[in-house]
Amino acid sequence: MADKERGAAVDIRAVTKTYGTFTALDDVSLRIEPGQFMTFLGPSGSGKTTTLNVIAGFTDLTAGEIQIGERSVGNLPAHKRNVGVVFQHYALFPHMTVAANVAYPLKLRRVPQAERNRRVAETLEMVRLTDFAHRHPAELSGGQQQRVALARAMVFDPPLLLMDEPLGALDKKLREWLQLEIKRIHRELGTTFVYVTHDQEEALALSDRIAVFNKGRIEQVGSGRDLYDRPETLFVGRFIGESTVLRGPHELRGGETALRIGEDWVSHPGQPVGSGRQALLVRPEKISLLRPGAVTEDGLNTLPGLISEAIYLGSGVKYEVTLTDGSRAVARVPLTDEPFALGESVIVVWQKQDARLLPDDGSSEAAQSGEEQ
Amino acid sequence: MSRFQRTLIGLFCAAVALWLVAPTLIIVPISFAEKKSLAFPPDGFSLQWYANLIRNPEWSNSILNSLQIAAIVSVVATVIGTLAAIGIARMKPRGGGVIRAILITPMIVPGVVMAIGIYAVYLDHQLVGSLTGYVAAHSMLAIPFVIIAVGASLSVFDTRLETAAASLGASRITTFFTITLPLIAPGVLSGLLFAFVTSFDEVIVALFINSPSRKTLPVQIFASMTRDSDPTVAAVGTLIFLLTSFIIAAGLWFGTRRRRA
Amino acid sequence: MRDLISIRRNPVLLTVPAVLLLLVALGYPLAQVVLRSFTDPQPGLDNYIWFFSRPVNLTVFWRTFEVSAWVTLLCLILGYPYAWMMTAVGPRMRMLMILCVLVPFWVSGVVRTLAWVILLQDSGVINRVIMALGFEKLRLIRTQTGVIIGMTQVLLPFMIMPLYAVMRGIDLRLVQAAQSLGARPALSFLQIYLPLSLPGILGGAVIVFILGLGFYITPALLGGPRATMLSTLAQQQVLQQLNWGRGGAMGVILLVSTLLLLAVAARFTRRRYQIAGGSK
Repeated sequence: MADKERGAAVDIRAVTKTYGTFTALDDVSLRIEPGQFMTFLGPSGSGKTTTLNVIAGFTDLTAGEIQIGERSVGNLPAHKRNVGVVFQHYALFPHMTVAANVAYPLKLRRVPQAERNRRVAETLEMVRLTDFAHRHPAELSGGQQQRVALARAMVFDPPLLLMDEPLGALDKKLREWLQLEIKRIHRELGTTFVYVTHDQEEALALSDRIAVFNKGRIEQVGSGRDLYDRPETLFVGRFIGESTVLRGPHELRGGETALRIGEDWVSHPGQPVGSGRQALLVRPEKISLLRPGAVTEDGLNTLPGLISEAIYLGSGVKYEVTLTDGSRAVARVPLTDEPFALGESVIVVWQKQDARLLPDDGSSEAAQSGEEQ
Repeated sequence: MSRFQRTLIGLFCAAVALWLVAPTLIIVPISFAEKKSLAFPPDGFSLQWYANLIRNPEWSNSILNSLQIAAIVSVVATVIGTLAAIGIARMKPRGGGVIRAILITPMIVPGVVMAIGIYAVYLDHQLVGSLTGYVAAHSMLAIPFVIIAVGASLSVFDTRLETAAASLGASRITTFFTITLPLIAPGVLSGLLFAFVTSFDEVIVALFINSPSRKTLPVQIFASMTRDSDPTVAAVGTLIFLLTSFIIAAGLWFGTRRRRA
Repeated sequence: MRDLISIRRNPVLLTVPAVLLLLVALGYPLAQVVLRSFTDPQPGLDNYIWFFSRPVNLTVFWRTFEVSAWVTLLCLILGYPYAWMMTAVGPRMRMLMILCVLVPFWVSGVVRTLAWVILLQDSGVINRVIMALGFEKLRLIRTQTGVIIGMTQVLLPFMIMPLYAVMRGIDLRLVQAAQSLGARPALSFLQIYLPLSLPGILGGAVIVFILGLGFYITPALLGGPRATMLSTLAQQQVLQQLNWGRGGAMGVILLVSTLLLLAVAARFTRRRYQIAGGSK
C-alpha cells in the first residue's frame, strides 16, 4: 500500500516570523522528505505550532520561503495550498453531520456526487466511523471527533497532512490507541505527515524524524534514536528521555575533559565542546550502582551519593541518587536480590565514553516538561 | 425564606404578569364592538371594524405602506448591520468597541430630537413621504438591534472553524456562506425580525416625515386615536397582537427544535 | 480579490455602510437640530434664553424628569421581585414569565397606549370599579398619574430584562454562605444579594429613565395639555408653530440631559466594576 509518490516534500528556508518585537521563529530551515512522518517537538511557545501555521498558510511569513512539492507557497492563501490540517480542538462544523463534514472538501473541489459518496464512505471506513456517518459532531466522544477531523483532513488526498497536537485533549489510554491508528493510516496513505506535540513519548512512538524546537529555533533534527543517543545540545538531551546532568568547573587532563562534582572528579574522553561551561549527560540505563567498597576498574567514572527515591518499574528499579553537590542522578537497574534502601550510601558508576559532553546552555528542570507525565 | 414569603412574592409576580399582559388584551373585545365607541365592555358583536381595515383606503394603504417599508428595512438593516457586526468582531477590541458604541447611538437619542432633525433634512431634499426617506430613517433605527443580535451570535462563534474551512480549500466567501452564515443564522434571523418590528412599530419619526399620500400604520393609528373613538384601531391592534404572538411562538418552536436536532 | 484582502487586513471596512448611513440619517440631522437652535430665526442664544425664561417650559422640563423618576422607581419596585422570581422557578414557569414580559414588549407601543386610553378614560373600566366600590370617580386620563401608569407598563420589560440577566449570574451559594455564618435572611439579602444585583438595578434604571425622558406617544395620548412632556412640547414647536429654533433648542436640551445622565451612569458603573474586580 505504501505509495511514497503521494507525499510531497516540504522545504522551509530561513523562515522568520516576528510579532512586533517578539520573534516567534528565528531563521528556521528544515527539509521534510516525501512520505516522511516528521514531528515538531518542543515546549509551548517554542515555535513548533507557528511553523505549522506558516506551512498551512494561516500565518504570514516575515522573511524566508516555503516550498511544498514543486510549489513555492509563500504568497499562497491557505485555501489554495491543498494541505490537510487536523486541529487540536477538532474544529468540526457543528451544523453538519459527520458525513457532510468529510464531504465538505470534496464539494469544494466539485467532485461528482457518486464519487464523493464513495470516497467519504471509504475514508470513514479507514477511521472506523462508518456507523456514525449521520450523527452530528456534538453527539460524538472526543476520540471519535478527532477521527472525523482526521478523515476530513485526508479525504481529498492532500500530499501533506499537518496535525497540531491532535491528541492533546484526550486521556492517556485513548491517546495511545489513536497513536497506533495514526501510524497505521500514515503507512496506508504514504502522505507526508507533520505532527506537532510537546509530548516526547508521543514523538518517539510516531515519528520517522523529530525536529526539536526551542525558543523559535530548531535545536536538532534526527530520528528518535539519534536524539536520545547523540543529543547535540543539553536542551535536546534533557527534553528527550530521562537523564542525569552533571555540571561543574572543568579542566583538560591528558586528552580528557575533567569535571569537578562536589569533592570528586569525573572525566570524559576528548576536548571540551565549545569554549563555555560544560555539562555531562548520562542516560539512566548507562549507570550502575555499587555498594561502597566495591572494586572498580579503570575507564569508569564514580561518584558517591545517597539513595533518595526508589521506583519499581516491573522490569527493573529506577533509583534517584542525591550526589554530594546536591544534584540528582537517575539510574535504571535490573532487579537484584539485594535492593538498595532509601538513604543507603551508593557509588554511581558509568563508562567514561557512555556519557555525552555538551555545552551547558543553562536549560533547567523546567525544560523537561515533556518528560513522562 | 419561608413558604409564606415565597407565596406572597409569587402572588405579587402573578399580579405584575397580569398587569403586563391583560391591559393589552382589552382591545380584543373592543375590536368586535357594534357601536363606534371605545367603551369597555362593548355592546353587541360585529366584524365591521375588520371590514373597515380592508374597505377604507386610509387603513388599507397605511397597512400596505408599513408592510412594504418594514420588509425593505428588514433586509437593508440586516445586511448592513450583519456586515458591521462581523467587522466589529474582527477588529481589535478597542476600535471595535468604539465603532459599536457609535452605531448603537440611535437607541439612546430621544426620538423627537432625531425626528426634528430628519424632518429638517428631508424637507430640504424633498424626501418627506418618500420610500427612500422612510427606509433610510428606519434602517438607521433598526441597525443597532441587528448589531446586538448578530454580535451575540458571533461572540459564541468559533473562528477556528473558518481556519479549518480554509485548510480544506474554501475561499473566504465560500467560508462565509457555508460555515459562518449558517452558524450565526439564529442571530441574523432575530436581527431581521427586530428590524422588521422596529420599522413596523416606529411612530415618532414617521409622524414627522409622513405625507398624505404615504402614511404608515402607526401614524394612522395615532391620528385615528387623537381624532375620534374608532374601534378600527382595536381591530388593527388585535391583528398585530395575533401576528406577533404567532411569530414569537414560531420562533420558540424553531428554537427548541434546533436545540434537539 | 484585492478588495477582499484589504477587508481581511482592515475589517473596519465592513462597518463603512452602517457608519455612512448613520452619518446621513442621524449625524447630519442632529447637526441640523443643533445648528437651527442657535441660528433660527437669528444667530444667538435667543431660543435657549426663551426656553429658560418661560415658567411653562420649566414646568414641563421639571415634569419630564419627575415623571421619568417615578416611572423608574415603580418599574424597579415591580420588576425586582419579578426578576428574582424568574431565577427561582423551574424552566417551564420561567418560560411563561419571560413570555409575559416579552409579549407586551412585542406589541406595538401605540396599541398598548390605546389599551390604557380605554382603561383609564373617565367612563373606563378602572373608574367603574372604583365607583362600584363606592368611591368617587378619579380623573386618570389626561393627568400625570395616567401617564405614569401607562409608561410604567410600557417600560417595565426594559427594567426586568437587565435585572434578570444580572440575577441569573449571582451565585446563590454566597447567600447561603452568609446565612450559614449566622446572617438572618433579611440581612443576607441587604448585605449580599442586593449589592450583587446592583449592576442590574443601575442598568435597568438608566435604560428606563432615558427612554422615559424621550417618551412621546404615551404622554401625548394619555397626558393631554396638563401632563405635557418635553418631547411633545418640542414636536408642537416644530409641527404646529413651525418654530424650528425653539423646537431645536428643546431637542438639544433633551439630548444633552440624556447624554449627561448616561455619562454619570457610565462613571458609576465603571467604578463599581473596578471595586468588584479588585475584590476578586
